[in-house]
Amino acid sequence: MKVVVFCKSVPDTETRVKLKDNRLDKSEIKYILNPYDEFAVEEAVRMKEAGKVDEVVAISMGPERAREALRSALAIGADRGILIKDDVLDGSDTYVTAKVLVKALEKDGAEYGMLLFGQQAIDGDTWHVPGQVAEMLGLPQAGSIIKLEVDPDAGKAVANRLVEGGEEVHEMSLPCVVTCRKGLNEPRYPSLPNIMKAKRKPIQDYSIADLDLSPEEVGKAGSFTEVLSYSLPPKKEAGRKVEGEPEEVVQALVKFLKEEIKVI
Amino acid sequence: MDFSFTEEQRLMAETARRIARDFPPDYWYEKEEKGEFGEEFWKAISEAGFLGMVIPEEYGGVGLGITELMLVIQELCANGCGMAGNWYICLTEVFGAMPIVRYGTEEQKEKYLPNIARGELEFCMALTEPNAGTNTFRTETFAKREGDGFRINGTKIFISGADRAKGMLLISRTTKMDEAPKKTHGITLFLVDLPNEAVKVSPIPKHGINYSKTCEVVIEDLWVPEEAVLGEVDRGWHALLDVLDPERLVFTAASVGIGKLAIKTAVDYGNQRRVFTDPIGSYQALQHPIAEAYASLISAELLAYKAGWLFDHGAHYREVGATANMAKAVAVENATKAVYWAMQTLGGYGYAKEYHVERWWREINLVRLAPVTQQMALNYIAEHVLGMPKSYR
Repeated sequence: MKVVVFCKSVPDTETRVKLKDNRLDKSEIKYILNPYDEFAVEEAVRMKEAGKVDEVVAISMGPERAREALRSALAIGADRGILIKDDVLDGSDTYVTAKVLVKALEKDGAEYGMLLFGQQAIDGDTWHVPGQVAEMLGLPQAGSIIKLEVDPDAGKAVANRLVEGGEEVHEMSLPCVVTCRKGLNEPRYPSLPNIMKAKRKPIQDYSIADLDLSPEEVGKAGSFTEVLSYSLPPKKEAGRKVEGEPEEVVQALVKFLKEEIKVI
Repeated sequence: MDFSFTEEQRLMAETARRIARDFPPDYWYEKEEKGEFGEEFWKAISEAGFLGMVIPEEYGGVGLGITELMLVIQELCANGCGMAGNWYICLTEVFGAMPIVRYGTEEQKEKYLPNIARGELEFCMALTEPNAGTNTFRTETFAKREGDGFRINGTKIFISGADRAKGMLLISRTTKMDEAPKKTHGITLFLVDLPNEAVKVSPIPKHGINYSKTCEVVIEDLWVPEEAVLGEVDRGWHALLDVLDPERLVFTAASVGIGKLAIKTAVDYGNQRRVFTDPIGSYQALQHPIAEAYASLISAELLAYKAGWLFDHGAHYREVGATANMAKAVAVENATKAVYWAMQTLGGYGYAKEYHVERWWREINLVRLAPVTQQMALNYIAEHVLGMPKSYR
């Protein structure tokens, strides 16, 4: 059984976000594999190590730098990579992204048993793509899972999701889509031997022409949504401490909630 | 000229950063205070393959060079480990793996390298003596031929890791200096298995880096077989240089890393700490020395990588030595300034243990003394690079 993990190249968690001309200033950003995708790669690699999966394929859509995110996935243990890279993809929204990823899946051959995603990407934070891919393919989906059991022979998977006050257990037929989060596993450090091995693993490049897509179907032209502007969150202001007897404190707080910020 | 790291090197650096984040300054504060070895850290770097870096693939390693070793060490140090990001790796990889890879027999390689690569065999080097440090030629430890091997006697001092190591690179004379045709002749390297009844190890209380013990080692009538000789009898000097230059380079990488760590700490603190109206980070009295130390550190970093590149490309040892000494002298000088100004920025907190700067201060102070003093590094530059008269005898 082949499983596919979707990988995104995102700014490092320690990036100081700067804006320039109403766009993200990318000049000083260091990129990494989206941390949530690491849970997905780790889970796929563990399935392979347990003998339940034959091949782990990592797919990324992005500019040239996304190759390094794929290389990280290969260094964790994925077998091969697919990079969808094309200048006209710039400005694609999540719908176009999902559409392109589905095309790449078809191109690579449809016989996959499971599609794994990180639950969200730490840059755009939309949480959109996995659900859209599942919908386009008509596959069952379990989001934000913390436990996964796969039985390829029986053609099913059982996934646990954390919900308020407990866990929700989903049983799905294969193929299915899961999105991964912290708690599912503890991703390993890509070891140096595996980094060197990853160098020898193949990465297949696709342009949109390779995927039988036209420029009008992707990028801004093919998108339903467009980012109009970016702004930094307002600077955090110093808190206010209300002191005194409990009665006075409560009165001051109620006054504040009623009169100053008018929430009650 | 290409200043970029390869994709693999960048991924290795990323792995080092991630390990460093899991072993932050608070971890090392505890290890330092308790005087404990960082077992969990050792396990993490073993699993990540750091101890097999310079070991060829056929012996279970990755087959990389000093350049990659410097890269991961600097990342570990700069991202929170301080000197600990270098210390254990240097002892085992530079003092054990590197010379065995270069000079070991097939039997020696098979005996030591796979175990080192797995993180199951720690090493140490016994070079310095009470009367022989930088003047290695005056080594008094002596190995006398006896049967199919050698009988060794001598006293070594400041031998880090000797309390735990299972392997020791022992530097001994096999021909006395006054009987040797030239002073570099008569030095022999031995691989000694520890613990051994003939080798007495006593830790020396010290100023910092207490997550590793530094020891006096007394060797009394130790017998080793001929197979324990690494390289050739009497001709160990050049093999030893191939240990001392990399040692200098990893300590240079560590100094750059510690300097960066101290500067980051100072900048983060200075930018939010207000004493009067503005953050103290806005004062030029702090900005200029920190900026100066940083610029100099980055310069030393470049030179250090050049030295590593020369070593990995088989350059002449004099060229490697000159470059390594210059990089070391500048890096240490400026890392010391960086930590000094970090402490100045943090004020009283800089002196408080739980804010870590005072620990890095104790750590960086070692590097002005070892692997070579700043003064001897400058002597080397004056004499061997500039052609000035030798100033000591």
